[in-house]
Amino acid sequence: MIRIAGYSQYFNRGGVNEVLALENVDLRLEKGDFVTVIGSNGAGKSTLLNGLAGMYPPDAGTMSIGEWDVTAWAEHRRAAHIGRVFQDPLVGTCASLNIEQNLALALKRGRPRRLGIGVKRRQRDHFREQLRTIGLGLEDRLKSSVGLLSGGQRQALTMVMATMVDPEVLLLDEHTAALDPKTALQILELTDQIVRAKQLTTLMVTHNMAQALTYGNRLIMLHQGRIILDVAGEEKTSLTVDELLERFYSVKGEAFALDRSLLC
Amino acid sequence: MSWYAVIGAVEQGFLYGIMVVGVFLTFRVLDFPDLTVDGSLPLGAAVSAVAITHGVHPFAALGLAMVAGFLAGMVTALLNTKLKILHLLASILTMIALYSINIRIMDGPNVSLLGANTVLDLLVQWGLTGYWAAPLLYGILAAIVTGAVIWFLHTEIGLAVLATGDNPRMITAQGVNTHHIILLGVGLSNAMVALSGALVAQNQGAADVNMGVGTIIAGLASVIVGETVFGHGGITRGCIAALLGSIVYRVAIALALGIKWGAFAFTPSDLNLITALLVIGALMTPMIKKKWSRP
Repeated sequence: MIRIAGYSQYFNRGGVNEVLALENVDLRLEKGDFVTVIGSNGAGKSTLLNGLAGMYPPDAGTMSIGEWDVTAWAEHRRAAHIGRVFQDPLVGTCASLNIEQNLALALKRGRPRRLGIGVKRRQRDHFREQLRTIGLGLEDRLKSSVGLLSGGQRQALTMVMATMVDPEVLLLDEHTAALDPKTALQILELTDQIVRAKQLTTLMVTHNMAQALTYGNRLIMLHQGRIILDVAGEEKTSLTVDELLERFYSVKGEAFALDRSLLC
Repeated sequence: MSWYAVIGAVEQGFLYGIMVVGVFLTFRVLDFPDLTVDGSLPLGAAVSAVAITHGVHPFAALGLAMVAGFLAGMVTALLNTKLKILHLLASILTMIALYSINIRIMDGPNVSLLGANTVLDLLVQWGLTGYWAAPLLYGILAAIVTGAVIWFLHTEIGLAVLATGDNPRMITAQGVNTHHIILLGVGLSNAMVALSGALVAQNQGAADVNMGVGTIIAGLASVIVGETVFGHGGITRGCIAALLGSIVYRVAIALALGIKWGAFAFTPSDLNLITALLVIGALMTPMIKKKWSRP
């Protein structure tokens, strides 16, 4: 279970460019919740995910992951309970290392690293098995340098790495936005498959409203640093993109055309 | 160039090769350009020389030098990680501070080891002639250190070191505190540089506060020459190429110093120019190769 209470996040606080990215956000995720996060540019979607991951100390509020209050924890310490996939496919993996070395690094997430050999022989079968599930043939290329893989392959590998040690929460920050449409769909399907199979609590940011409605059991919409819509279950399933937009503007009461172009 | 000069250059190549592998660790693996080495090389020399003159066993003196080097590296790493000082500047600060510290350690600008026992003397006592003992001993030591670095970079921690240099965001997301890794990596690198300095001092019979000048440039030149001659590809190959690059570099320098055109000859003070030309040449090679390989 994830709990965020009264979370506010400023950037450049006190400076001329001060931005209040998130304002008094409360969010509670039950175990197994697959939540899609939408909102226009600058709404605070990425800040919410990065803040939960611990990239910057919160200006107000508390956060807990599972039984731990992680408010004061540094990013690397929170990482023990968090799996992350980034928008940029180059960020999630290490280009100069090979596939099995990347997987070995991910296998040690949240566990002490010692002077044992980094990639152990008995781990390789486990790696192959994990890679087989994504169906890209990477299981036969354990020794290939990750720098040689395509963006889609790297993102799929990052998915495997983020979920290899079951995380308390999986954070997906527009992880298909940098891919071509076909690859993006494959990665989304893979995401859905892994999240369902492992029943992972997930926050997935997307710019695509249709995707936000198709995937997950709950949807939240952010606007100007606040959660302005939170629908789940039946209500979410029956929602259409047009209804979602209507709801958005009824809450917001602003001009239609501009934001439609930003959201779709 | 005489056979004796070649042996001498190879010996220097091994001695400084330990430093070069250390520079490789920061410069290439951690992506942390570290100028501390200009101070930690004489630090190692000073610590080991003073220890020996105080009756410490020569091999134990090498260990003390490594500890001192590790601490010096940690200072640079702490300045960078905790105080957010740019790595280059942080290392320059440590380097100039070490100048004063080294003079304090030696209680003067240099310490002579004339008549004192060194690691080499121990070998000679076992019956090897000095002519062969030096390259053999330093070669074995350099091989051991390089082997240890290769092994280390294949361990769980070593993989985290490699990833920290390549993609700090990724390895942070995998739960690693990159500050600790930088502390460890820069510390280890400077421990190796100090070991190299300690051996150089024992070999030449004195430690001098100015013996570190140009260490980083010689180190980088060796790394780059090694990569040019022995190629990239894999961390094991990289480490070995760095060590061998050191030997090629020292032989090339010895060759250049041996050149005579009528009345003209290079002097040791031309070394900096030769080094610069060597590095430029090595950096140009891939470009030239590309041009030639075009159909």
